Amino acid sequence: MSDVKPRIRLPRTAKAGQAAEIKTLVSHVMETGLRKDSDGNTIPRMIINRFTCEYGGEMVLDMALEGAVSANPYVEFDIMIGEATEVVFTWYEDGGAVYTETKELSFG
Amino acid sequence: ITLIPISVNAAADDAIAAYTGGASVSEGGVMITAPEIAENGNTVPISVEAPGAAEIALYADGNPTPGVAVFKFGPAAGSHRASTRIRLGGTQDVVAVAKMPDGSFQQAAVEVKVTIGGCGG
Repeated sequence: MSDVKPRIRLPRTAKAGQAAEIKTLVSHVMETGLRKDSDGNTIPRMIINRFTCEYGGEMVLDMALEGAVSANPYVEFDIMIGEATEVVFTWYEDGGAVYTETKELSFG
Repeated sequence: ITLIPISVNAAADDAIAAYTGGASVSEGGVMITAPEIAENGNTVPISVEAPGAAEIALYADGNPTPGVAVFKFGPAAGSHRASTRIRLGGTQDVVAVAKMPDGSFQQAAVEVKVTIGGCGG
């Protein structure tokens, strides 16, 4: 889907050895597969079913999502800042599409 | 059969039992932050936290499908908490089950009153 657009907020200044909050939102309908269209046909399920955040080659958060997660899935969690600068975010959609975004931490 | 002292419906019970592999689940050790009353069931903010947990699974016992999300915390996690926004089809209990590193499980539940349901109803 072309309307999948991630938005990510990293801590403004990162300090090694400290936990910091990350906020992510990805634009997506999260179609549950339970709704019907005006002709009574079931609209097929199409959701983001997995979201991961990796840092310095290690997992920060690996989240499995069901249709009960709201449209435009929002996730907030904490990262333990180390030496690495790159944080990699990946969203996995039903049907196999994968969306990846890499953000750089700025150390204060 | 061990009954858990939280009134979850059968489908949610089954989903939780599938997650825990039938292991017993103790009360407490998990904090859920959710609004007491949600005007719009399409997007209800929920936070879960379980110190030391490897994973936290979230269930909505009154939804057509009770599973909501599973958060697995990796070695680079800064805490054992996460927040998201969920759909609730009506007033119901939200249940969080934490898997501890030793393989034990802990859970907590909160009731969220929903004024307008989030499942097209």
